[in-house]
Amino acid sequence: MIEKALSGNGRYFAWLTFLLVIMGVGGLCYLQQFNYGLGVTGMSRDVSWGLYISQFTFMVGVAAGGVMLVLPYYLHNYKVFGKITILGEFMAVAAVAMCLMFILADLGQPMRALNVLLHPTPNSILFWDMIVLNGYLFLNIVGGWVILNAEKKDVPPPKWVKWLIYLSIPWAISIHTVTAFLYCGLPGRHYWLTAILAPRFLASAFAAGPSLLVICALILRKYTDFDAGKEAINKLVTIITYAAILNFFFVGLELFVGYYSNIPGHMHTLDYLFFGLTDHAGEVYDNLVGPMRFSMVIGMAATIALLFPKMRDSYTKIGWLCGAIFLSLWIDKGLGLVLGGFVPTPLEYIVEYYPSKIELGITAAVWATGAFILTVLYKVAISVKLTK
Amino acid sequence: MDNSRRKFLKIAGLSAIAGIGAPTAFNGLLKGEAFASSAPSGGGGHGSEKAPTGKRYGFAIDIKKFASDKDLAQRCVNACHSTHNVPDFGNNKDGSKNRKDEIKWIWAEKFEHTFPDHSHYKKNEQLQETPILTLCNHCDNPPCVRACPTQATFKNSDGLVLMDFHRCIGCRFCMAACPYGARSFNWRSPRELDASGNYKYIKNPNPDFPTRMRGVVEKCNMCAERLAEGKLPACVEAAASSEAIVFGDLNDSHSPVSQVLKEKFTIQRKPALGTKPSIFYII
Ligand code: SF4
Ligand code: SF4
Ligand code: SF4
Repeated sequence: MIEKALSGNGRYFAWLTFLLVIMGVGGLCYLQQFNYGLGVTGMSRDVSWGLYISQFTFMVGVAAGGVMLVLPYYLHNYKVFGKITILGEFMAVAAVAMCLMFILADLGQPMRALNVLLHPTPNSILFWDMIVLNGYLFLNIVGGWVILNAEKKDVPPPKWVKWLIYLSIPWAISIHTVTAFLYCGLPGRHYWLTAILAPRFLASAFAAGPSLLVICALILRKYTDFDAGKEAINKLVTIITYAAILNFFFVGLELFVGYYSNIPGHMHTLDYLFFGLTDHAGEVYDNLVGPMRFSMVIGMAATIALLFPKMRDSYTKIGWLCGAIFLSLWIDKGLGLVLGGFVPTPLEYIVEYYPSKIELGITAAVWATGAFILTVLYKVAISVKLTK
Repeated sequence: MDNSRRKFLKIAGLSAIAGIGAPTAFNGLLKGEAFASSAPSGGGGHGSEKAPTGKRYGFAIDIKKFASDKDLAQRCVNACHSTHNVPDFGNNKDGSKNRKDEIKWIWAEKFEHTFPDHSHYKKNEQLQETPILTLCNHCDNPPCVRACPTQATFKNSDGLVLMDFHRCIGCRFCMAACPYGARSFNWRSPRELDASGNYKYIKNPNPDFPTRMRGVVEKCNMCAERLAEGKLPACVEAAASSEAIVFGDLNDSHSPVSQVLKEKFTIQRKPALGTKPSIFYII
């Protein structure tokens, strides 16, 4: 089946070549990081996780978002999603692959990564995260591939694969819950220490993942003969709208608890993210205020817009609104959540973080690799569907 | 105790035995420590009364002694850092914005930073100006150990929280987990050599202690290597003339540190978090 990825038109290969170039440049950046150490990044003793881990966290959400197609189709027999379920599964594959690459890029001693398996440590959430992520990758690759293969041969898929897919539904919830546990179980990091972190992660995941899916489906519709169908897109948009509303509601809850309780530790990071934080010497730190406000405004505006049928009457509008929601959630979770958690430091210093060029290069390369995997998988899936 | 509570405790106890509950808290309840561990001061944060197995080494740091001798703190820091080959990359000077590569096991801090959750409103001026030695607390209930996915950070039978530099994968989960900023990461190689083949960033290396590789986390090891030889920790030794740091086994009521803790009023850093620090500060 994979041979289907080897033929395509000029545009397809130009896109893949473009991605390969980014991957190549990022690969060179990684070589530098590998030789010198993580000192080439903007991370420091005080902000000890940066872009890699924040992107990782966001991509776990995108991966989990695929379940918003799988669940209605397999559990509720919602036929309209039948055509595009595979897109959700393959998006999960690409996203989890990116997660694993981001983790690897973030390790100080990547050659020792297997120590996590050689010395299994059940009390560490990172150990469980490793297990659920790899499990989810496996479930989606196998599930997606076997069903696609059956479709190609025009035979019903084997029975056992259904169980894999049923398993993948709670598993999708688990990957993002466990990822939230990485943060919300740490004493002394007030911004993360909140029981609503996992629900908030899930809400944003179920908005961001399907948003990306809608965008992909619209791109496919434009450049290939594959049409997801109006009803499917519309249903997805409804899911996105409700998930996004929940997400912003949860953000509001955080703001209420922080500011009504007036406990300094609960307000510091919120101050830093939305208003700027002033240190003992009177200096103001606010490098994330712009992006965070922008994120809230476009995210909420797009969500409200989606509530109006008039704003959903063309694919162009839907595409832009989903793009805005995706970008908003990317800023909120892919930047603010992880970076904000380190401000102020446990000793109440304020240290701002800016990614270095090399770090940006490596991050871009991981994104490009994800896009490459996604393109190839989608190419295979669509070729199978179109030849039928 | 009503029936449902008893039942709950039973389940809690069983799950603790099975290793799936939160053993310390529930065991505490079962042993009738409910009052001690729900004290408003924050989970009996002064340390567990009941001795866990083995030793538990700790410090009592006498802040007044550092007020009268302003260089003392720096002498302690130097003693530690030269004993343990802690590199100085030159970008961690006070006031420098770029503290990015900084590695430190013990350092002098202002009171308001070491104890950020204490009120500073009209605090005694001398206290505000005294350098406060800040280091790993060798917590009795260490979140860094809980977080580490490889057991590269572990607690030994003497209550010391130690690092295995050869196992650490450099994920820095422990740094996010430590509420005291006690951990440093090797963002670059501390073993870099200059033209004449000497370490660029380690002045007078100590051949008896290993240097680290890049990409691993490190922190105060309470001089485990010196304790094994029957010596005092290097920083304690540096402060010996004024007895500014009292060292000993907290589980031994006759140890010097236990004696001091009985007499003096001490505080710990962030006791409300339940980490049970083994470093005490005499105010
Ligand atoms: S102070 Fe930090 S590094 Fe030291 S034992 Fe406690 S949690 Fe771990
Ligand atoms: S950085 Fe090393 S010591 Fe810290 S949690 Fe990761 S493996 Fe454990
Ligand atoms: S106990 Fe030893 S390792 Fe820890 S700060 Fe003192 S000298 Fe350094």
